[in-house]
Amino acid sequence: MSTPDYDIAVIGAGPAGMAAAHEAKNLGFKVIVIDEQDGPGGQIYRDVERVAMQRAHDLDVLGPDYKYGFGLVDGLRASGVEHLKGHTVWQIERDGTVWCSDGEKAKRIIARRVLLATGAMERPVPVPGWTLPGAMTAGAAQILMKSAGMVPAGPIAICGSGPLLLLIADQLVRAGADIAVIAETTTFGDYLRAAPKLPQALLGIEYLQKGIAMRRRIKAAGVEIASGISALRINGTDKAEGVSFKQGGRTRTVAASTVLLHQGVVPNTQATRQLRLEHLWHAGQHYWYPKTGANGSTELENIFIAGDGAGINGARAAEASGRLTALQIARSLDAVSDADFDLKAQPWQSELKRHQSVRPMLDALFTPPGEILNPSDDATIVCRCEEITAGDVRKAAALGAPGPNQLKAFLRAGMGPCQGRMCGLTVVEILAAAQRKTPAEIGAYRIRPPLKPLTLAELADMELPDAESDAG
Amino acid sequence: MLKRRHSNAEIVRITVDGEAVEARAGESVAAAVLAHTGGATRSTPVSGAPRAPYCLMGVCFECLMVIDGVPNRQACMIRVRDGMSVTRQDGARDLEGAPGGEA
Amino acid sequence: MPDQSAHRNSGRRFDVAVIGGGMIGPALSLGLLARGLSVCILDEGDDVLRVARGNFGLVWFQGKGFGMPRYVDWSRRSASLYPDFAAELKESTGVDIGHANPGGLELLLGDDELAHRQHFIGQIYQQGGGKEYEVEFLDRKQVDEMLPGVTLGDEVVGASYSPLDGHVNPLFLLRAMHTRFQQLGGTYKPHHRVSGVRKNGAAYDVMTEAGTVSAAKVVIAAGHGLKELGPPLGLDIPIRPQRGHILVTERTKQILPMPMSAFRQTAEGSIMLGVSAEEAGYNDLVDTATVAKIAGRAARVIPALRGLNIVRSWAALRVLTPDKCPVYAESQSHPGIYGIASHSGVTLAAVNAKVAANWIAGDPPPEEFQAFGVERFDAQKTA
Repeated sequence: MSTPDYDIAVIGAGPAGMAAAHEAKNLGFKVIVIDEQDGPGGQIYRDVERVAMQRAHDLDVLGPDYKYGFGLVDGLRASGVEHLKGHTVWQIERDGTVWCSDGEKAKRIIARRVLLATGAMERPVPVPGWTLPGAMTAGAAQILMKSAGMVPAGPIAICGSGPLLLLIADQLVRAGADIAVIAETTTFGDYLRAAPKLPQALLGIEYLQKGIAMRRRIKAAGVEIASGISALRINGTDKAEGVSFKQGGRTRTVAASTVLLHQGVVPNTQATRQLRLEHLWHAGQHYWYPKTGANGSTELENIFIAGDGAGINGARAAEASGRLTALQIARSLDAVSDADFDLKAQPWQSELKRHQSVRPMLDALFTPPGEILNPSDDATIVCRCEEITAGDVRKAAALGAPGPNQLKAFLRAGMGPCQGRMCGLTVVEILAAAQRKTPAEIGAYRIRPPLKPLTLAELADMELPDAESDAG
Repeated sequence: MLKRRHSNAEIVRITVDGEAVEARAGESVAAAVLAHTGGATRSTPVSGAPRAPYCLMGVCFECLMVIDGVPNRQACMIRVRDGMSVTRQDGARDLEGAPGGEA
Repeated sequence: MPDQSAHRNSGRRFDVAVIGGGMIGPALSLGLLARGLSVCILDEGDDVLRVARGNFGLVWFQGKGFGMPRYVDWSRRSASLYPDFAAELKESTGVDIGHANPGGLELLLGDDELAHRQHFIGQIYQQGGGKEYEVEFLDRKQVDEMLPGVTLGDEVVGASYSPLDGHVNPLFLLRAMHTRFQQLGGTYKPHHRVSGVRKNGAAYDVMTEAGTVSAAKVVIAAGHGLKELGPPLGLDIPIRPQRGHILVTERTKQILPMPMSAFRQTAEGSIMLGVSAEEAGYNDLVDTATVAKIAGRAARVIPALRGLNIVRSWAALRVLTPDKCPVYAESQSHPGIYGIASHSGVTLAAVNAKVAANWIAGDPPPEEFQAFGVERFDAQKTA
């Protein structure tokens, strides 16, 4: 490997990435942060500086948890860490070479250590009609508020379950949006299942109180929360016109021009899969996560993972995880003694433990319903890019396809622009059910570079000092 | 399908499918287009089905539009710029894109 | 639903056990089933080398068979059988494998490449002893006329062209063959990676990770798996992995009217770009330098492609014999066990299903097989 340009390349400028970079810089390393957005914050603290400058009143709408991000962003700036904004990482090699692009030119960065802080994404919610214009993720509505100061205009139906559901509803209510219904799939049974986990959830009371307060505000604003719903469908021909769902034995239809879907978030594993790292299946929350050792270390000595990309624990846990992973990297480079590590790590370890402690309760409360994971209606689109349905997937499963990669070959599922981000989890669930295996036995799509598209021109014009001439 | 809350961001003038649109500095193209008109922002190359942005964070690739003559750009990842021209991505792209020009 | 009985012999004896569910195994199996034989395909898992999923999709005639005129004949036979093969698959399974035979080009940059190719093709022609060899050379102007709507780079001086060249959707081909296989009553056992074969009276026991399968005959169509499985069964066939890379673009309106050795536009609109060859062992990770090389050359040949987005790249490992020509051999020490090695499973799918299968069924071997035995490598070694 050529001479490294940096000690540590941090990929992602969300809470984990920002915290890690800041810590690493403080420890005296040469650090670079590479992020595809043109400003720091990731998704959770997206555009927090811009909001503070242009729409300060929105900080109240978005809430104190969002405002907290300002400190992290400010800290990153103040630390003077090199931040390669607007650069998309399209390949990471196992030796620590990172390939990125600003849309015009492909660049190569060589670092002794690579810290992946690429975070999470919304779990896809394949229900009939989810591909209609007007259907978006709850996170998308948050991004619109954060980055553009916009709210959906017409009646909004907010459907699903998970921490973000009430949060977005609360934010939209405060922003004066017109919410037609909140249809939550969470049932009374989910609460019963979660209750025993409350004692170990150190922040559980705080969390529940926040939830109760949100519900109260939402109801006070005259918005209906329908609980324990099922059989969700989005109605409309060319765009979303409303939702139908079953509640208490009867079917209801509610008109809406925007439908916000949410069933929790899952780690974005494109980069870790491309690196061929081992992944494990989270049985309770139905997602893949990369296997990590102590403080974000992996089977590869030079690759580390911090934040929600290693497993969903939320923004505050991600920040602590970023700090700890930076310290672990420092230790691996003999820049920090074990004693020193213990000293510096201790506060962050407490912080991490505190914020992780609520997860078992949240996981029990917000389990994605089986009919979302494995859509029963054969006509439901599973692969949005290639328009492959659940029925198509089942037919290929019946052919005995040994796994998702053979299925991808048979159907083209996972071959579109999103390269399996939207369909990967669903395909695994359908295959597992059809072939009566666990998702862990089924496996996942093989992910190849580029992680995001880049032009032939950029690839053709790449400067590779080690390469032979391209005389053909 | 979207409405803007008050902001002191400056106005940015773009065109969307030929129509003059006033966006605000800092908005993504996807947001600006959705604020201008609800409904589809592209039709798929597979069946021509109408689609619009879904995730707004760059993972779903539904927001593909022709921006400044270059097809299949993720509109949620690009901020509006004065003079920008944006059109629907209808089906598969053409081979040639003309950066800086009309689509 | 496929059978996944674990760790026991179901007791059923098949006429033929085919090891390998890629391009070659299923094709041969279709022919065997058509002969009324019972066939079991033993396949491995999902995240494996599976070269069959890494294909470009060319049904290619030109340039094959250097040093082996019978391979030229074999390729020609397959190309001529392809249309019927495709039609039958479509009619029976509903899957359109997208076969087209518009002819194919190998574009040449600069006079040196042209001269080199002319020499190479000329030699193949001469080796054929004056028999018609359907490859001709086109100058730049003629190539431009063959590719209306495509502006080639300045360095393109001409091309070799064959009317017998074509292409197919290799993934749909795989799916169609698997579908047809099940329709005809074949038994497909995935996750049955084979560890060995032993004699059992007049027949054979195939040992897999999930149980034993008995068959009167065994066909090893296991790609690189032949290297390990073959020698104990008297099929020591010299093969090695040779890595090739492919890049694929976003869907684009149709612009390439015919396939080229390094460019192929699929029916969906994505354009596939190749070609590379690296000796990299069993490493099928993408090599960035190679990607850059393929991209660089593609940009020189068709500069208008520069603006297209590459959405995916991959590397796959060709199953290569020392002379790049196939092996179809029956073991002498273990009669009834056959080994096949070829890196042209797509091109040969039709002839494998329609002709080679009959040889396994017991018919005399096709005339071309005189050249495809293993003995030639001993001769090559001592030569």
